[in-house]
Amino acid sequence: MLKILVCISHVPDTTTKIKFEADGSALDRTGVTFVINPYCEYGLSRAIGLREEGKQVSITALCVGGPEVEPTLRKALAIGADDAVRIDAPANDSAFVARQIAAYAKGKEFDLIFTGKESIDFNGSIVPGMVAELMDFAFISFATHMEMKGDNSATFHREIDGGMEVLDATFPVVVSCQKGISEWRIPNMRGIMAARKKPLAKVSPAEVREYVDPVKLTYPPARGNTQYFEPEDAQGLVGTLIDKGLI
Amino acid sequence: MSILIFAETADGQLKKPAFEAATYACDLAQKSGEAVHAVAIGPAEASTLEKLGQYGVSTVHHVHDEAMNAFANAAYAAAVTAVAESIDARVVVLPQTYNGRAIAPRIAVKLDAALFSGVISLVDPANGFDATRSAYSGKGIEEIKTQCDKLVITVKANGYRVEAQPTEVTVAAFAFQPEASDLNAIARELIKASEGISLTEAEIVVSAGRGMKGPENWGMIEELAGLLGAATACSKPTADMGWRPHHEHVGQTGIQIAPNLYIAIGISGAIQHLAGVSSSKNIVVINKDPEAPFFKVADYGIVGDLFEVVPRLIEAIKAARAAA
Ligand SMILES: Cc1cc2nc3c(=O)[nH]c(=O)nc-3n(C[C@H](O)[C@H](O)[C@H](O)COP(=O)(O)OP(=O)(O)OC[C@H]3O[C@@H](n4cnc5c(N)ncnc54)[C@H](O)[C@@H]3O)c2cc1C
Ligand SMILES: Nc1ncnc2c1ncn2[C@@H]1O[C@H](COP(=O)(O)O)[C@@H](O)[C@H]1O
Repeated sequence: MLKILVCISHVPDTTTKIKFEADGSALDRTGVTFVINPYCEYGLSRAIGLREEGKQVSITALCVGGPEVEPTLRKALAIGADDAVRIDAPANDSAFVARQIAAYAKGKEFDLIFTGKESIDFNGSIVPGMVAELMDFAFISFATHMEMKGDNSATFHREIDGGMEVLDATFPVVVSCQKGISEWRIPNMRGIMAARKKPLAKVSPAEVREYVDPVKLTYPPARGNTQYFEPEDAQGLVGTLIDKGLI
Repeated sequence: MSILIFAETADGQLKKPAFEAATYACDLAQKSGEAVHAVAIGPAEASTLEKLGQYGVSTVHHVHDEAMNAFANAAYAAAVTAVAESIDARVVVLPQTYNGRAIAPRIAVKLDAALFSGVISLVDPANGFDATRSAYSGKGIEEIKTQCDKLVITVKANGYRVEAQPTEVTVAAFAFQPEASDLNAIARELIKASEGISLTEAEIVVSAGRGMKGPENWGMIEELAGLLGAATACSKPTADMGWRPHHEHVGQTGIQIAPNLYIAIGISGAIQHLAGVSSSKNIVVINKDPEAPFFKVADYGIVGDLFEVVPRLIEAIKAARAAA
């Protein structure tokens, strides 16, 4: 039996036009739809794939967050997780989140912890590596492929600058997932019905400190003061790019 | 106290992000008066590592254990930490490359330091290491601080300048033996994506989307990229349809890049695409639809048929080169 933990973060839908509160203290949540972080969905899908390949698996979906994240966890259950856990604490600091996940996972003998390569809100790419270190697990970052090798190890591909790395690792491992490792899945009606009855536990947070203090959110400098050239005037564009030292 | 950078190497050579990290550390050292050290892991000639002296590094600690010739996440993190502890490093700077990002979280835990990832400003050591980083896939900027006295930073690729600030440099072997358990997940094979220029490190990127109509039309994109010494990229659907290799897909779910110049051809500029490219310093958009959202973030634009405009661009570049 492979015990799998899938860490899920709850993020604004990728089409969201990001707006912040006027004082820059937080995201303005009005009208924002929240979804499973797309990279986490790759991890969840890969875990379900292992079951379809005939492995005995148990899949727990976990999210650190307030009650508002529960619909996101329900969706993970609808897609195919067996049970879900919400660690009841705000997720403002990746180092804090990683310590919450590790505190929960310690002693539970997970073989595999799937995460996304990064959470599309703060794009930190911090939680998975920290969980690996805190748990003393091997860590496969930016995984694009995973194939079981026997019952207790797997071959992975991971993305690197300018190519791909092939490696083997014996479990337990933390795998941070990106495109390639699996395809996203749409929950079907049966899954959605079943999800209502699956357990979703609320767990109290461990006592850990925060490492990073958010100060303010602002916008990148506005762009789009576009200088247009006529379609016939490729020369004009090329000349300008040369003058600006861009090419 | 001192500042340590992870000087990443590939095939025995220092990579450009190593020099960005060095320049960053050097600027920081000027504020705080600390010395800049570097750690390099794996096979590399001393004469190669000495180049870091050009960028302000005074000591390079070279970890060269046969077992670590290939990248191994846990062992590399342990080695960087060992060097950091030996010099009492207050700040560890890593490039925001795949490997830099893979080891930074472990190092931060080992040192009980705060980790700032994707930093785009120089941290202020006098003010809680106050820094800014990009957030929400480039749609926001976050200012952060920490009360920790130690800090690990990853610096966004192409996010900081490279500047020579020569100093006297020593390269010294650093004795380090990895634990067998830290070599569990070690690279056993590398598959190079292509002979081309690495997308994340490229200064210029030429990118095309569904407006190209089919994979058979990509010759002109490659020709344009070749002329400019640029890397090629593509939108998600063109990779999904198999027109282009997956490693070229940029955007929210693909690779995030910040080149000096991004040329987008026949790409609509969907929000998920922009999330991966909006940190580019200059953007050129070629699209036949004047309403294409990409124009809203463009610095330069041509509204027109790419099958006419791109060949003209190629000719104009050739002509300009011939005249120069
Ligand atoms: C969760 C999620 C994640 C996603 N992640 C990504 C991502 O990472 N990267 C990404 O790219 N997309 C991503 N997408 C998809 C994204 O929403 C868009 O569908 C996609 O970017 C569109 O690709 P495109 O611009 O190539 O194609 P289209 O939107 O079809 O645009 C083609 C453009 O070409 C122009 N054109 C057509 N013919 C010509 C011509 N002859 N001359 C000039 N112009 C012409 C058209 O005017 C049009 O603007 C994601 C979507 C979702 C839901
Ligand atoms: N609040 C959270 N709860 C559970 N998992 C999380 C949370 N935040 C981040 N993660 C996991 O860590 C991955 C990387 O997130 P980050 O380090 O924040 O970029 C995500 O894809 C998730 O798998």
